[in-house]
Amino acid sequence: MREVLEGSQAVARTVARCRPGVVCAYPISPQTHIVEALSAMARTGELADCEYVNVESEFSAMSVSIGASAAGSRAYTATASQGLLYMAEAVFNAAGMGLPIVMTVANRAIGAPINIWNDHSDAMALRDSGWLQLYAADNQEAADLHVIAFAAAEELEIPAMVCMDGFVLTHATDVLELPTAAQIDAFLPRFAPRQALDIDHPTTIGTMAGPESFTETKYLQHRRFLDAAGVLAAWSERFHEAFGREAGGLVSRYTPDTLDRARDAAPADDGDVTVIAMGSVLGTLQAALPALRAEGVPVRLVGIGSYRPFPAEALRAALGGSRHVVVIDRALELGSGGVLTGDVGRALAGTRSRVHSVVAGLGGRPILEESLRAVVRRAHAGQLGPLELLDLKEGGVPVPHEGATEVHR
Amino acid sequence: MSVVHIPFLQTGTLAVGGRLLSEDERSLQSQADRPSSLTKGHRACQGCAEALAARWVMDTAVEASGGRLIVANATGCLEVFSTLYPESAWKPPWIHSLFANAAAVATGIASALHAQGRDDVRVLAQGGDGGTVDIGLAAVSGMFERNDDVLYVCYDNQGYMNTGVQRSSATPAAARTATTPAVGRSPGQAFGQGKSMVKIAMAHEIPYVASATPADLRDLEAKVRTAMAMHGARYLHVLVPCPVGWGSESSQSIALARAAVQSGIFPVIEARAGELTEVQRIRERADVEEYLRPQARFAHLFKPGGDDALARWRALAEANIRRYDLLGERS
Amino acid sequence: MNDHDAPPTVGLSTGPATSLAYHTGTWRTERPVYVELAPPCSLGCPSGEDIRGWLGSTQEGEAGFETAWRRLVAANPFPAVMGRICYHPCQEACNRAEVDEEVGINAVERFLGDTALEKGWALPAPAASSGRRVLVVGSGPAGLSAAYHLRQLGHEVTVREAAAEPGGMMRYGIPAYRLPREVLAAEIRRIEATGVAIECSTPVLSLDEAQARFDAVVLTMGAGVAHHVDIPAGAASHIVDAIDVLRDVASGHAPLVGRRVAVYGGGNTAMDAARTARRLGASDAVVVYRRTREQMPAHPTELDDAVGEGVRVQWLSTIAAVEGPHVTIEKMSLDEEGRPHGTGEFEELDADTVMLAVGQDADLSLLAEVPDVTVASGVIAVDPVTLMTGREGVFAAGDVSPGSRTATYAIGRGARAARAVDAWLAARVLPAEPVSREASADRLNTWYYSDAPKQHRAELAAARRVTGFEEVLTGLDAEHAVFEARRCMSCGSCFECDNCFGMCPDDAIRKLGPGMRYEVDYDYCKGCGICAAECPCGAIDMIPEVR
Repeated sequence: MREVLEGSQAVARTVARCRPGVVCAYPISPQTHIVEALSAMARTGELADCEYVNVESEFSAMSVSIGASAAGSRAYTATASQGLLYMAEAVFNAAGMGLPIVMTVANRAIGAPINIWNDHSDAMALRDSGWLQLYAADNQEAADLHVIAFAAAEELEIPAMVCMDGFVLTHATDVLELPTAAQIDAFLPRFAPRQALDIDHPTTIGTMAGPESFTETKYLQHRRFLDAAGVLAAWSERFHEAFGREAGGLVSRYTPDTLDRARDAAPADDGDVTVIAMGSVLGTLQAALPALRAEGVPVRLVGIGSYRPFPAEALRAALGGSRHVVVIDRALELGSGGVLTGDVGRALAGTRSRVHSVVAGLGGRPILEESLRAVVRRAHAGQLGPLELLDLKEGGVPVPHEGATEVHR
Repeated sequence: MSVVHIPFLQTGTLAVGGRLLSEDERSLQSQADRPSSLTKGHRACQGCAEALAARWVMDTAVEASGGRLIVANATGCLEVFSTLYPESAWKPPWIHSLFANAAAVATGIASALHAQGRDDVRVLAQGGDGGTVDIGLAAVSGMFERNDDVLYVCYDNQGYMNTGVQRSSATPAAARTATTPAVGRSPGQAFGQGKSMVKIAMAHEIPYVASATPADLRDLEAKVRTAMAMHGARYLHVLVPCPVGWGSESSQSIALARAAVQSGIFPVIEARAGELTEVQRIRERADVEEYLRPQARFAHLFKPGGDDALARWRALAEANIRRYDLLGERS
Repeated sequence: MNDHDAPPTVGLSTGPATSLAYHTGTWRTERPVYVELAPPCSLGCPSGEDIRGWLGSTQEGEAGFETAWRRLVAANPFPAVMGRICYHPCQEACNRAEVDEEVGINAVERFLGDTALEKGWALPAPAASSGRRVLVVGSGPAGLSAAYHLRQLGHEVTVREAAAEPGGMMRYGIPAYRLPREVLAAEIRRIEATGVAIECSTPVLSLDEAQARFDAVVLTMGAGVAHHVDIPAGAASHIVDAIDVLRDVASGHAPLVGRRVAVYGGGNTAMDAARTARRLGASDAVVVYRRTREQMPAHPTELDDAVGEGVRVQWLSTIAAVEGPHVTIEKMSLDEEGRPHGTGEFEELDADTVMLAVGQDADLSLLAEVPDVTVASGVIAVDPVTLMTGREGVFAAGDVSPGSRTATYAIGRGARAARAVDAWLAARVLPAEPVSREASADRLNTWYYSDAPKQHRAELAAARRVTGFEEVLTGLDAEHAVFEARRCMSCGSCFECDNCFGMCPDDAIRKLGPGMRYEVDYDYCKGCGICAAECPCGAIDMIPEVR
């Protein structure tokens, strides 16, 4: 059934149909609509057999999720930005203990200066937390990704973040088709952790590791992460079979001419300028780039669906021999460049590809189609440098009115 | 449920057991087949009262729950000395997540169990004073405020002992720690008496708040049983002398707890829904010096210039005696 | 075993109770050891009773009474007697005095003694016959104790007594209001029932003859001869020996003493005499004593009881002369060393009878012709370990030999003589009595002993007492006896309070079950010392660890 839904509503309903046992909520924009919707469903009974816990902080939201997951329940929470950083310690902890919690991150900038709008700085700051990070290109994928996230996380015993651009997706309304509860019941296996807090099989979880076992523990975590790419790809495949639509691939490919998403699209050619992006900007690029093709600029598009694990192999396969690679990055690694660019560069190390970092849309700055086309043209012309901040205003930020700062002295 | 007072049988209510006791008068700790939920081989320092109190609490809770107990533990001495991989000294299912979040993890467990329809399985959270009064206070307060079905137990040794005896917000007046050295114009902990978590807990008006010490096993067991017979958020605050942090003889841990109570320094109370309901009276009044002198962290109190701090301690004891009627003068 | 090099599990989870692999016992610098120390009560008991032991059995109530009594009579066959007349030095030594008041050991002893008589419990059957014959001369506490213990050891024992009835000073020196005759008779009969032959009105006149017929002889003739002092006295004066009065009363020939009686002396006999005088009808009984209350040899309770019955004491006074009913008293004063001296100041006292209670001498008439049995300071000299006199095979105990002149001491020495005779007969060397470590009060943690006041024996009203010879002190009932026994702190001996077991932070003490006590699991014990500090009775030592 297709319906007109806000992104947050779509996510909330899909999460509810995944039958979580415990949902924790702490408000922070732009994620609030999701937990608000879940609270209503918990009260109406639509979210059955589930404890909805209003916690006092994001740190406790993740901690309650840890307890719930360790006790054998499917646990879910949602956050963004400062909230994600406030829970950071617990985020790492959940991963270290192998608790497959699923969390929506409504991506938002990190202060100071405080800014409630979208970029990817929040999730990027926790890129090494040991969580899967799946990025939604649109609201249909945002909803669908949650089903895949629960499935893959629980199989891998690795928690998963589903990242969706704050406001751009969470507050946007689309015509969507949500998986039904029956469909999800058929698709998503029951949560049966291999290890849980169980009175019949008591276990000690969360011991202290000395130097003699810490490295090996990290190595095991790493090995499971290496397995994650295959598991994610398999669930994405199954999802496609079950629901007939794309969601959650490691990378997304697009046809050269129409830039439609197509899993069997050919890899890029040596002469192509390939744009790599992640999240909702892929939609903007799909709209912007066909005009360049018409101009004769051989541009291709590749989307990153899974930022963690980073799909180096799938990315290289999609890029083919593409010499010019432009990464549209929504997080800035200060003094260096785009954060995603760093991962792409590492994946392409040893190839002949030249990687350009274009940092765009920080703190909610609109990413204009024309601006995107301009950087691709310059890349094609060999005029694009290694790092560019898209639409950077010369002269820096506006200066306060004279005397305004005096007040505060 | 209150303490079962043992008739005079050579010893009475204060000893752990006794060969003359009938079955129903036996404390759990006197039973040869007690659970020993925190078992031998743990690495607590010699004379650690926290290790002792934790076994008492846990055994009682295990028994009261019919063996259906899950435990969440904060980072701290208790966690470090009991679970150095690959060893664990715990018998019940047990989880350690972080320093500040034991209360929230316990909420998560309780919520999950409720969602699973397993309300027969009970949840206990525990931590030291740092994990409870300082860094974990928000999570504890949140758990209280939601009235989550968790018994939270704080083992208060009045400082960060695991990291080398630094001050916590439960460190008492004038105490020397690694971060409140006994030098300068106000040596040791300069201000206050340490946060009273018992009063903070009472202010939440949760179903049950109690304090206890390892100097009175039966009182402690009775309080855990009382707490376990109730639902909702419950709080038990146990004073646990720390030979390393307090600079006391390892053999004196029980004696110091006793002196703390008998001098009026540590009131042993029970409160329900925010109302004080029980106060353990002083049995043999002790001077505050009996408590302070055996502890090296208070050595400067007994040197020239220590009079002011000593006076603060006496005032504290007097205030407690007055506030809680510890001598039973008003009743 | 330590598994730290094993590959980790996912998330480093581990099995429950795996810490058992880590043996924390290696940390220890001191180790706790359970000890069994001698309690001050037993160390203070001249009879050598295992007081803590029999109180311990009494604590168990009805079921433990017979065991308690059997533990008691292993040392002393006269619990009902001694439960009445002993001055209980055990109680003076009792550590419980530091908590509240000493344990009423004597009252419990009497309870057990009376219970045994009531139930008709028999003394233990003697060991198999040794075929050896021992003569005991005298049937006082020392003699009967020696006879009882010798019989227990399997010897054939004959006791010869010069008087018409057995019991010695127990019978003839102690008034019936303190020791009812039927109690004494019953406990003596019970000794006879074990096979001891008591021949009364049979004085031993020749030691050589006795030795010819017996393998060994124990001399326990006592000190029943009144000591005399010279007091100028007129012909009409009525001066008698207090011991004779007591003996006459005990024999059923109560003398007439008149309305006013003066007793000269400050010992227990003086007290007994004064109290007896009151019972014989004297309205005024005055004890004349030349020193002060602090120096008085009479037991304080005896003095208190006497005063309670209306006996007066004239301190720092001597009787200078007696002329008819007029007694001249000289006031005394003490010098710097506490010795009394006459002041030359005199006063008069009226007395129909003056009783002399200035001491008793040993009855040494048997030894007149026996030069090898040495007498020194008025008593028979004996080897301090074997109690053997100068003559081989002849032993002496009780008041006739050196030492304290109390029944309890006599019973202890009688038992000691029995062991000595037994060793001598077997040509064994009798070991010296072992020196025990005392469970002193500073070892105790008295916090754990609940406040429990002593259950005072109800005393008959003083007014009632003076009217006759009925027993002054009533006994405890079973409930109170058990209560009193439970006031025993079991100094120096584990009584299974579970403190060590319950309070070990390292779970390193094993409880072995009822009566089996505990053991330390040294694999895990870290040596913190809490068990020793919190042991109520001081039964745990911390000793340096030697590796």
